[in-house]
Amino acid sequence: MALDSKIPEGALAEKWTKYRSTVPLVNPANKRNLEILVVGSGLAGSSAAASLAEMGYKVKVFCYQDSARRAHSIAAQGGVNAAKNYSNDGDSVYRLFYDTIKGGDYRAREANVYRLAEVSGNIIDQCVAQGVPFAREYGGLLSNRSFGGTQVQRTFYAAGQTGQQLLLGAYSALQRQIGMGSVQMYTRHEMLDVVTVDGKAQGIIARDMVTGKLERHFGNAVLLCTGGYGNVFFLSTNAMGCNVTAAWKAHKKGAYFGNPCFTQIHPTCIPVSGDHQSKLTLMSESLRNDGRIWVPKKKDDPRKAVDIPEEERDYYLERRYPAFGNLVPRDVASRAAKERCDAGYGVGASKKAVYLDFAFNMDRYGRTEAIKQGLVNPSAETIRQLGKDVVKEKYGNLFDMYEQITGENPYETPMRIYPAVHYTMGGLWVDYNLMTNVPGMYALGEANFSDHGANRLGASALMQGLADGYFVIPYTIGAYLSKEISTKPLSLDHEAFVAAEMAVRDRINTLLNIKGTKTVDHFHKQLGKIMWDKCGMARNEQGLKEAIEEIRALRAEFWKDVRVPGSADELNPELEKAGRVADFLELGELMCQDALQRNESCGGHFREESQTEEGEAKRDDENYAYVAAWEFKAESNWELHKEELKFENIKIAQRSYK
Amino acid sequence: MSGNMNLTLKVWRQKNGNDKGQLVNYPVKDVSPDMSFLEMFDVLNEELVQKGDEPIAFDHDCREGICGACSMFIDGRPHGPKEGITTCQLHMRSFKDGDTIVVEPWRAKAFPVVKDLVVDRSAFDRIMASGGFVSVNTGNAQDANNILVSKVDADQAFEAAACIGCGACVATCKNASAMLFVSAKVSQLALLPQGQPERMARVENMVAQMDKEGFGNCTNTGACEVECPKGISLENIARMNRDYLSASLT
Amino acid sequence: MSGSSSFFTSSLGRKYVMGITGIFLITFLIVHAGINALIFIDNTGALFNSAAHFMATNWVIRSMELVLFLGIILHIVQAVILTRQNKQARPQEYAYANANANSLWYSRSMGLLGTLILIFLIIHLGHFWVKARFGIPEGIPEGMNGEHDMFFEMKEVFSNLWVVVVYVLAMVSLAYHLLHGFQSSFQSLGLNHHKYTPAIKKIGIWYSIVISVVFALMPLYVYFFLKN
Repeated sequence: MALDSKIPEGALAEKWTKYRSTVPLVNPANKRNLEILVVGSGLAGSSAAASLAEMGYKVKVFCYQDSARRAHSIAAQGGVNAAKNYSNDGDSVYRLFYDTIKGGDYRAREANVYRLAEVSGNIIDQCVAQGVPFAREYGGLLSNRSFGGTQVQRTFYAAGQTGQQLLLGAYSALQRQIGMGSVQMYTRHEMLDVVTVDGKAQGIIARDMVTGKLERHFGNAVLLCTGGYGNVFFLSTNAMGCNVTAAWKAHKKGAYFGNPCFTQIHPTCIPVSGDHQSKLTLMSESLRNDGRIWVPKKKDDPRKAVDIPEEERDYYLERRYPAFGNLVPRDVASRAAKERCDAGYGVGASKKAVYLDFAFNMDRYGRTEAIKQGLVNPSAETIRQLGKDVVKEKYGNLFDMYEQITGENPYETPMRIYPAVHYTMGGLWVDYNLMTNVPGMYALGEANFSDHGANRLGASALMQGLADGYFVIPYTIGAYLSKEISTKPLSLDHEAFVAAEMAVRDRINTLLNIKGTKTVDHFHKQLGKIMWDKCGMARNEQGLKEAIEEIRALRAEFWKDVRVPGSADELNPELEKAGRVADFLELGELMCQDALQRNESCGGHFREESQTEEGEAKRDDENYAYVAAWEFKAESNWELHKEELKFENIKIAQRSYK
Repeated sequence: MSGNMNLTLKVWRQKNGNDKGQLVNYPVKDVSPDMSFLEMFDVLNEELVQKGDEPIAFDHDCREGICGACSMFIDGRPHGPKEGITTCQLHMRSFKDGDTIVVEPWRAKAFPVVKDLVVDRSAFDRIMASGGFVSVNTGNAQDANNILVSKVDADQAFEAAACIGCGACVATCKNASAMLFVSAKVSQLALLPQGQPERMARVENMVAQMDKEGFGNCTNTGACEVECPKGISLENIARMNRDYLSASLT
Repeated sequence: MSGSSSFFTSSLGRKYVMGITGIFLITFLIVHAGINALIFIDNTGALFNSAAHFMATNWVIRSMELVLFLGIILHIVQAVILTRQNKQARPQEYAYANANANSLWYSRSMGLLGTLILIFLIIHLGHFWVKARFGIPEGIPEGMNGEHDMFFEMKEVFSNLWVVVVYVLAMVSLAYHLLHGFQSSFQSLGLNHHKYTPAIKKIGIWYSIVISVVFALMPLYVYFFLKN
């Protein structure tokens, strides 16, 4: 099948406006008869479900959590970008578009990204109208801050809990529709297969996680808003339950998987402390506004951070990238940290960490504050206290969180940070309408591949999730559903439902009956280690080939020797995990395949074979300016389709933050 | 490793909602002080699976204190002995070698036990669906900066909005009252101009739903405020009471 | 809105009733303690007796007496209903709850303290009010001006050590009940603000102590210094 991205004709700045007013509509009476299934209740899922229900469609929402409000969008800390130019620093839709394309290392679609930038302002309007308590200035206007990869202040935030506040806004819109009866909510439900008839998505099989009952649900369209697959690495900043299962089932039913190897490794996470570690905790990127990153100039320096004098510190980001300094994009910051640690300059017990130091700016804030308060010759102690108060006001909750986890006080000693898997830019391939190549099946938010190219800029995930849900899908879904008005609801006894349910049941029974010797987590940790070592921050041909072999062997062992206790007809977290890990074991292989074929470095994907003499990533636009969309054929067998990326409005250039 | 601890856990085991349930003793050895409380449960569950026993079911997800899923009543307190954190943020360095730790699910009629330490908190969602929103359809919003909000109000609204819906307030309240949860949402929207048009209907509907769910009444002991991992203040309950009275009088 | 009809049966409405009756009873205690404290000023009891006579004969006060009883009954009935609902809200208790870590014991024991106060109230009414109003089991002797000699009766009642002990203990219960009840009433009425609530709390503590001590001092004073 040829890939048709369905990008509208016309000038970039007019594509969306024009398309939006010409896309077919569904009349209100017909909307009432059209059912839409939304899987996942994060920013994309909740906002899409609420908006579609407001428009009159019949909507069902499924989430594995006990409440829609717990989806992992809630954990986003820093903020949400929007080209409002409230800061009067020259921001514009074009600039946000440009920054996002450049930040994504020229591996995203121009038209999608431009649309994202265009609707970004509406997101802020919508959220404020819902009562999202964004940070404000004393005059009552909204406050902005800067974020990595940009030189303007366009990030709206609510302390360090922006994701929470935006999700609760979308969740409340969703709850409103539930209360009105226009959305049916299914919590503690996991989607285990997509039902397709004549190549069109017509429903899903979901498991009620409390009773174990398998349910059949018909839908004229299925929206997968199921987030990313970072948990393939076992350790990541994702929630424990985040998984690829829904997207993977869709993939196996024909949906292409786009750029699976594009993984974002976030530079500022709390380092691993031991084998028991179950997840990694992110320290918001906003900390890089006020924290300076450094390592000692001496290898294996045994001194405490505070005892190392200024001239013996290597502020390596400021040294290497004077223009952006500590605010270089995430991929660049992460690789630079890895480079220093690999070279032997790492700090902390594991030597796999660098310092994020607030002392300099704390002092600066303290002095400004002292001037504001009219203090003459303030003592060092006073300055320190005043500075501490300012920093506390800005990042208090993050500092507390750090202390809670590490037992160290970041006001006194620099934080230790190290990169960790955070976000996956790859995902189901979708066209301009956000529809996968399977008609009727859509992917929104992190679950799709579309807007961030090879690297996502900070505060853009929330923007994309909400753009897709509030402002894109409500229009673009009409392109498909307007043709579906005469499609009769598929009977739940249809053979496609029966077969899909049977396959799901068989798989569950197989997992339960292996009765092997090793736990699900054992396999998950093994997989995570392979992925991190060989398909993590730096990748090379040999490592990837090894990884593929190792994953295949691990998968075979899993299906022979995993132990899943309990039964299928009860709340069984081990069974849920087993199903997800089984899918990760297949996805991991595809990620390695994808990383292997892309012999260039771009964004979060760094092939050691493709770097400059100074060790910077080297992109190869001649050979790799395409989206890799993988079609599933059989186990370990995929066909690669390429969607060429055309840059007509932006001059493609090697990224430089120097 | 030195500094590691041996502990005894007394954990509530209950097969499902109909089962009676009981406390079961589990010795756990060699617990690192750097582990989180839930990571200790992970290790214990690994052992149980290896031994052929059924692992302990508990709710958890983000493990960074924001999703509100984790919900253990540890040594007589929701989210354990430390204040201002959730169970997933509780680290074993808060305990000492030889401790016996009792772990129970949230207990309230409105939060029936699903299994072991997992309870059903959907009552909160239904309360939210009854009025915890501003009725604004997508696309109807004016420019964000047309709505001015004083920083004081915005900050206060944010503090109320920081509620993670974990249910610790209900769990610890001697009356299993949900006032702190409900008042946090009522307050957030009552403090903002966007919330004014529906302010009265909202408080009435949410309180009615709360009562319908079978939560207890508030006797102002203040336990909820102390145990709330996000430090939601009792002032919110007072604000809800005020609004409720005005709503009833109009 | 439909709310006004269901106000009094809602959880919040009931709390308003508790709070309003509570504050009303708090004001009553001030009057009661004030009049009784006259015995400390004039230990012949004349001042006290004439004040008591005024209270017993003024029609405004007499009608307030009715309101007072209504208030007490409402306070009690609501308390019983709320307590029952609260018990139902948690059908299964925790095996181990460390409530002292997050709240004060007396704030959690208002029902118990209230019951103790109720028992005391019955005894207390039997000692004075029932006798004065209905002459059951016998009337109160007349004083010099033909009014009830409440002062004499007080000396009679408080000549029994056991009665004195019961009164003093009851005042301890009252003190704790008020310690929580005073500030709790304001909270229930929606009056909580970081600007004035610290003051309410402080006043509440002083009020609870002063009122209870003044009341407890009466039987002690009479028993030790003013026996008939």
